[in-house]
Amino acid sequence: MNVRQIGAVAAASVLALGLTACGDSGKSSGSGGGSGAKFKVGIKFDQPGLGLKEGSKYTGFDVDVATYVAKELGHKASDIQWVQAPSAQRETLLSTGQVNMVVATYSITDARKEKVSFAGPYFVAGQDLLVRSDETAITGPETLTGKKLCSVTGSTPAQKIKAKYPGVQLQEFGTYSECVAALVSKGVDAVTTDNTILAGYASQAQYKGKLKVVGKPFSEERYGIGLKKGDKATCEKVNSAIAKMVSSGEWQKAVDANLGPAGFKVDTATNPPKQDPCT
Amino acid sequence: MSTSVLFDAPGPRARRRHAILSALGVLLVVALAFVAVRKMQDAGQLKAEMWKPFVTDRAVWRDYLVPGLWGTFKAALVSIVLAGAFGLVFGIGRLSHVTAVRWFCGIVVEFFRSVPVLLMMIFAYFGIYSRSDIFSSETAPLAAVVTGLTLYNGSVVAELVRSGVFSLPKGQAEAGLSIGLTPAQTLRSIQLPQALTAMLPALIGQFVVVLKDSALGYQITYLELLNWSKTLGSAFANTVPAYIVAALLFILVNYSLTVVASRVERRLSRRGRPTVHEATAVHAPVEPATAT
Amino acid sequence: MGDILSKYDILGAFGLTVYLAVFSAIGSLVLGTLVAVMRVSPVSVLRLLGTWYVNIFRNTPLTLLMVFSVLGMTYILGLNLDPSDIKGNATRWAIVMLSIYHAAFVCEALRSGVNTVPAGQAEAARAMGLTFGQSMRHVLLPQAFRGAIAPLGSTLIALVKNTTVAAVIGVAEAANLMAVIIENETGALAVFVIFAVGFVILTLPLGLLFTSMSRRLAVKR
Repeated sequence: MNVRQIGAVAAASVLALGLTACGDSGKSSGSGGGSGAKFKVGIKFDQPGLGLKEGSKYTGFDVDVATYVAKELGHKASDIQWVQAPSAQRETLLSTGQVNMVVATYSITDARKEKVSFAGPYFVAGQDLLVRSDETAITGPETLTGKKLCSVTGSTPAQKIKAKYPGVQLQEFGTYSECVAALVSKGVDAVTTDNTILAGYASQAQYKGKLKVVGKPFSEERYGIGLKKGDKATCEKVNSAIAKMVSSGEWQKAVDANLGPAGFKVDTATNPPKQDPCT
Repeated sequence: MSTSVLFDAPGPRARRRHAILSALGVLLVVALAFVAVRKMQDAGQLKAEMWKPFVTDRAVWRDYLVPGLWGTFKAALVSIVLAGAFGLVFGIGRLSHVTAVRWFCGIVVEFFRSVPVLLMMIFAYFGIYSRSDIFSSETAPLAAVVTGLTLYNGSVVAELVRSGVFSLPKGQAEAGLSIGLTPAQTLRSIQLPQALTAMLPALIGQFVVVLKDSALGYQITYLELLNWSKTLGSAFANTVPAYIVAALLFILVNYSLTVVASRVERRLSRRGRPTVHEATAVHAPVEPATAT
Repeated sequence: MGDILSKYDILGAFGLTVYLAVFSAIGSLVLGTLVAVMRVSPVSVLRLLGTWYVNIFRNTPLTLLMVFSVLGMTYILGLNLDPSDIKGNATRWAIVMLSIYHAAFVCEALRSGVNTVPAGQAEAARAMGLTFGQSMRHVLLPQAFRGAIAPLGSTLIALVKNTTVAAVIGVAEAANLMAVIIENETGALAVFVIFAVGFVILTLPLGLLFTSMSRRLAVKR
């Protein structure tokens, strides 16, 4: 009996210890996070050419734009803290103050404007197709009938294709990386989403020469910088920072470095864009 | 029950049959593996540069896989401890002699067992933590993952506790009552200690479930192994190899835990304690770690 | 909230959830029984294979299995289950993977059920001269199934909830529709409530049914 009681006490105390230990760690990490004058920017972590975590550093067009804008707002590059901002969570991250701004292939739409404020646009992208470089049959969305197309589950590009081109066979995955892997192994014939994202994949060293962007965008996605709703002062500062980035030539440099390697041509009719007035 | 009572020592004919069946089984597995490797080669998934980073590039482990494993462990560890406490409280609650307490605990346990863990995580994160100051923005995803895992697995543990107590021979409780202990004392000093030791292997088995389920945290920006291997796959353009490595890591970690669980089970049964699996014979068989 | 209910086919999505759950439940029950028999069979290699099966599939996250099914099996290994329709292929693979994954748990549930059968039953079957297959079929498995009802019920509930994982390969079940709604409607928390309630409606009666069945059908000893 004694042994059993000891066993029970031991089990209970282990549980209790675990509880207090967990309480402690929660507190300490909480206070650690609250301190410091970090400037927090939400970006994608898994989109080559736009926002990609490579080892311990971050690369891509969105990252370059965010770094430039942050510098204009008075934050050193070393003060920036990068936060992962998956598509579904961008509004929440902004409205709860978990990030100061979001630069993550964030299209300006009316529905989103009700939740957050946008500066920019800093780039006008369009939905396009990524195919293998030896592909000749696919030249635009209307040539897709009977072909296998890949996109991300529930995403706007996927929904658009479903509604507009019902003859297409659409495979949906959780991320575009999976789509590109399927494309390279000839499982699907094309991947669709914004041409910037596609160009980012095509520019990766491992895919060089294997993939190409068709280059016939069939929608207009105006990338903005997401800010907390109603922050007009910051919005205006960000807008002038973007304008300065364009006029100084830094913008073009960033485009060429991040999206250029796969021969992707920027649509010069819409780019570089003029910024919307802040509201 | 050992398996040996199911069949005799094989005679010459049976031995031949067994050898044929064995050969067929091995052949089938080898053939499948061969086809898989060939096809992967055709699809260009076995190229050296896709796999080399895992060996040559320290950054793969330092910046992706190790932080991923740590994230998975952290969430799982905190959750299993909290789930144990939750399970103990509500399991005892379901054994209470007060009808209201019994019903309340029953409803809570049944509810949290029936909602998908992912939905609980999403709700905890978007619905509660990200709208209030309970947790800082850095810990909010972890807190939401832990909340979801604790509520679900805590409910499973509560069921384990309950059926563990039910599975004890009736004489144990009767003996306690007859020497003048109150029902609460009987539960505390006679039934629970036995039930807890009996359910230890099942509890460790549940840890495997928690570890795997922490992968759902991907959806609410929690950085764990699966999330990091997705990022890794994008960065090195080797999505398929990255997933295979992640799967192997998951299997390795979880299998070691299963081995620990069965060691504990064997030790307990050597000491003559019934473990939950065997003990819960008739009325309340205990579920093995549930499949989420 | 009413807006969301009328705009999206939530009932249809849950219909597909039920469809996935029913076929995967049948599949996992058949496969799981097979693996359980392998694990107690006289042939040591088959026992080993059965053990491997359980260890591999029980310890891999279902999300990974799902992604492997379409990305690995269909697109790299070329195993297409419905060449005419990409959606059909994904749905069928989802059923296959849900079956394979949960079969490992069904197997373990059955083994714990077999453990509830007294050794005397098996000895009696052997003493009567039944072969391994006969004693399994007529004596052990019927009792094991009844002894394993509660863990099987838990596995079935888990299966219903796990159909949500099929969203990662584009099967248009409940969780997939939820992703679509979240993409279109900005931050509607009501969406989560609707789907949570949907799952409670699906699984709670199952839980209650299996609890009462495990009491009623238990082998009286």
